[in-house]
Amino acid sequence: MVQDLLHSSPGLLNFGIFFLMALTFLFVILGFVTYAILAERKVLGFMQGRIGPNHLGGRWGLLQTVADVLKLLVKEDLIPKAADRPMFIIAPVIAFAPSFMVVATIPFTDKLQFADLNVGLLYYLAISGITVIGTLMAAWASNNKYSLLGGMRATAQMVSYEIPLVMSGLGIVLLTGSMNLNDIVAAQEASGWYILWQPIAFVVFFIAAMAELYRVPFDLAEAENELVAGFHTEYSGFRWAMFMLAEYVYMFAMASLMTVLFFGGWLPPFEFLSFIPGAVWFGLKFAVVTYILYWFRATFPRMRPDQLMEFAWKVLLPVALANIFLTALLKELLNIF
Amino acid sequence: MELLNVYQNNYLMVFAFLCLGVLLPVVALFMAKLLRPKFKSDAAKYTTYESGIEPFHDARVQFNVRYYVFALMFVIFDVETVFLYPWAIAYEKLGIFALIEMLIFVVMLLIGLIYAWKKKVLKWI
Repeated sequence: MVQDLLHSSPGLLNFGIFFLMALTFLFVILGFVTYAILAERKVLGFMQGRIGPNHLGGRWGLLQTVADVLKLLVKEDLIPKAADRPMFIIAPVIAFAPSFMVVATIPFTDKLQFADLNVGLLYYLAISGITVIGTLMAAWASNNKYSLLGGMRATAQMVSYEIPLVMSGLGIVLLTGSMNLNDIVAAQEASGWYILWQPIAFVVFFIAAMAELYRVPFDLAEAENELVAGFHTEYSGFRWAMFMLAEYVYMFAMASLMTVLFFGGWLPPFEFLSFIPGAVWFGLKFAVVTYILYWFRATFPRMRPDQLMEFAWKVLLPVALANIFLTALLKELLNIF
Repeated sequence: MELLNVYQNNYLMVFAFLCLGVLLPVVALFMAKLLRPKFKSDAAKYTTYESGIEPFHDARVQFNVRYYVFALMFVIFDVETVFLYPWAIAYEKLGIFALIEMLIFVVMLLIGLIYAWKKKVLKWI
């Protein structure tokens, strides 16, 4: 049915159906975010020898995040007098919208993908770059010194780590010869997962992705012991929730993207395991990547700003560049033999 | 024609995602407006936060020039990646000659990076 829809000429009816599909998916993502936050708190709790949320919704605290969201919803709305009002209001929207746009192109199984773009990877990287404008707008509009410092740091970090991120993705594009995420997964069916072929790219990509997500050890933009809360110091209630939501939707998107690029998406690790449906494999790999993100948060101390910036330009960028040419050479050698 | 339809429908889907991405904050903030208590709290709450003291000066000062240099470097290398992506896709057809060409291009940019490195632009104080 969806295939027929895709082949029909685009119109208002198509848009309506797509809109409903996207709306359903939005609720799935909101559900994911709710439980990703709970899972993060639980995992962090266990790693630090605590119990974590355990009061609301039974022993596992299953309703904790729902209660938090309700609290944010009825919270008093504060916009400082000195703030730039229109910019202050628009900034969370600009920060959130791209985070939801990027998940449109991610293939979850061979059937379930919303927009099969032939520039998939580039689309993801380009759209995700827009969020930094929202961050900077929030920082500037707040007219708060901590906010401005945090926003500047966030911007410098985002633009610095974007380059290794984009360049490490190039190795995969070289091997596949396509930016379409479906093609990338399909190519891994024949050659094996790309983490085996592109271990250097994976390490660079993973580190840069952590920095792009502002996750510990790269959460300098909101380093709470020096900058209060960074760029969203002045934000409260649901405006603040939008920034948090954007962060977790990006985590969802980035973990999915890493699953697709390096762990073969919905493909089973071995042929004889292919009776298990692809969605299960995708979910498992996705869960492992997300868990590693939580794990890092519990184990690594925060970096210093100077280390952070120098690491991007002096280590990651040359390594990513070298990886591109190494991959090209590897490809040539494979062609000869 | 068929392929054009598929292409357009895919981007229509992206547009639907964009609409929802904008609508969710708008609807959520509107709902928050309906739900939250309606009273004007005292003026002190609307001051800018500055660790409890009265905020002094404007926060929007001239910022460190280093951020600007990093932004410039970003532009240079981001444009480079824009060139590298089509090259990577067409690499299979172009072969070893294109590899050498691209190597020369990247080395020229690397010289820029090394220059910035030697000039201590990358060093954060």
